[in-house]
Amino acid sequence: MGFDTATATAWITTANAVVKEDEARLTALDAAIGDGDHGANLARGLAAAVAGIEEKRPETPGGVLVAAGRGIVAKTGGASGPLYGSALRRAGKALGDTADADATQLGAALEAMLAAIVELGAAAEGDKTMVDALTPAVQAFTALAADGAEVAAAAHAAADAAEAGLAATIPMQARKGRASYLGARSVGHEDPGAASMTLLLRALAEVTA
Amino acid sequence: MTVGIVLVSHSPALADAVAHLVGELAGPDVAVRAAGGTDDGRFGTSIELIAAAVREAESGDGVCVIMDMGSSVLTAKTLLEDLEDEDDAPRVRLADAPFTEGAVAATVLASTGQDLDAVVDSAEQAWSMRKL
Repeated sequence: MGFDTATATAWITTANAVVKEDEARLTALDAAIGDGDHGANLARGLAAAVAGIEEKRPETPGGVLVAAGRGIVAKTGGASGPLYGSALRRAGKALGDTADADATQLGAALEAMLAAIVELGAAAEGDKTMVDALTPAVQAFTALAADGAEVAAAAHAAADAAEAGLAATIPMQARKGRASYLGARSVGHEDPGAASMTLLLRALAEVTA
Repeated sequence: MTVGIVLVSHSPALADAVAHLVGELAGPDVAVRAAGGTDDGRFGTSIELIAAAVREAESGDGVCVIMDMGSSVLTAKTLLEDLEDEDDAPRVRLADAPFTEGAVAATVLASTGQDLDAVVDSAEQAWSMRKL
C-alpha cells in the first residue's frame, strides 16, 4: 500500500486523535521548559486541520496535506502552528499531483517537511527541538525507501528513529524558543516539540501499516 | 503616501499600546496597525490578524512588520511565504528589530516619506541606540 488520499486523510485524523489523547502529557512537558500550551495549541491546530480537509475534500494526498497545513497555520496560536503548518504544506506541495505516492515520493515529501521547519525555525540538530526527532526519522525513512522498502516499513523505521531522537533530547540544553532562556535548567526534560513530532510519525506508521 | 507599520505581539494589549505610542510620535500620515494575540483574543499570534493588518496598513508604498519574538516571528515569516503565491500581494518586509524602539524608529522615519527599505533599516538600527 502506498500513500494515497485516504491514507493521508487517515494520517491527519489519527494525529488529531493521538495528540488530543496525549494533550495533557504534551502540556506537562511544555510546562517544564516552555510556556505550557503545546498540547492545547497543537490539539486546536490539528482539529482545524481535520476540519480543513473535510471542507475542501482534496482529491490527492498532496492536497490533503496542504489543506491540513493551512488549517494548522490559521488556528494554532503558538510557534507549533507556523512550524507544523508550513511543514505539512511543503510536504503536500512536494507530492504534487500524484494520486498514490510510493516510499521514494513520500520520503521526498518528508524531506521537504524537514527543510521547511529548519528554514522557518532556523534550528539545527542538537538544539532540543522537533528537528531532533524529525531528522533521524527522515533519514531512516529515505534510507529504507532507497533500498526498495514499502511505505509501511519505512514509516515504521521512521517512527522508531523519532522515538530514539526524542529520548536523545533529554540531556540536551535548549538553544531555541522559551526553553533557551532557562539555560542549563532545560536539561533533563524531553522536548515537547520532539514529543509531538514523534506522535505524528507514529501515527503515520499506524495508518500505513 | 507613507510606508505602513504593523506591530505583531503575543499580547493584544502590548501591540495596541505600542501602536498607540508610536501613533502619537508619528502623526496622522502613517498607518500603524496592531496585530496582537490570536483570532479569539488569547495570547499567541494569528496569521489572519496579521494579514488583515498588513492590508489595512498598505497604502501603496509597502509595509514594515515588527514582531516581538518566537511565534510572532514564525507566523510573520509564514505570511511572507503565503504572499509569494498571490498575484496582487502587498509589498512586505519584516524588520529584525527590538519591538518598542524599532517601532518608534520605523514610524518616525516613515512619517518623513522615506521608502520601505529605509524604514526597515531604521528599525533595525534601533538595536545599536544605547540608552546609557
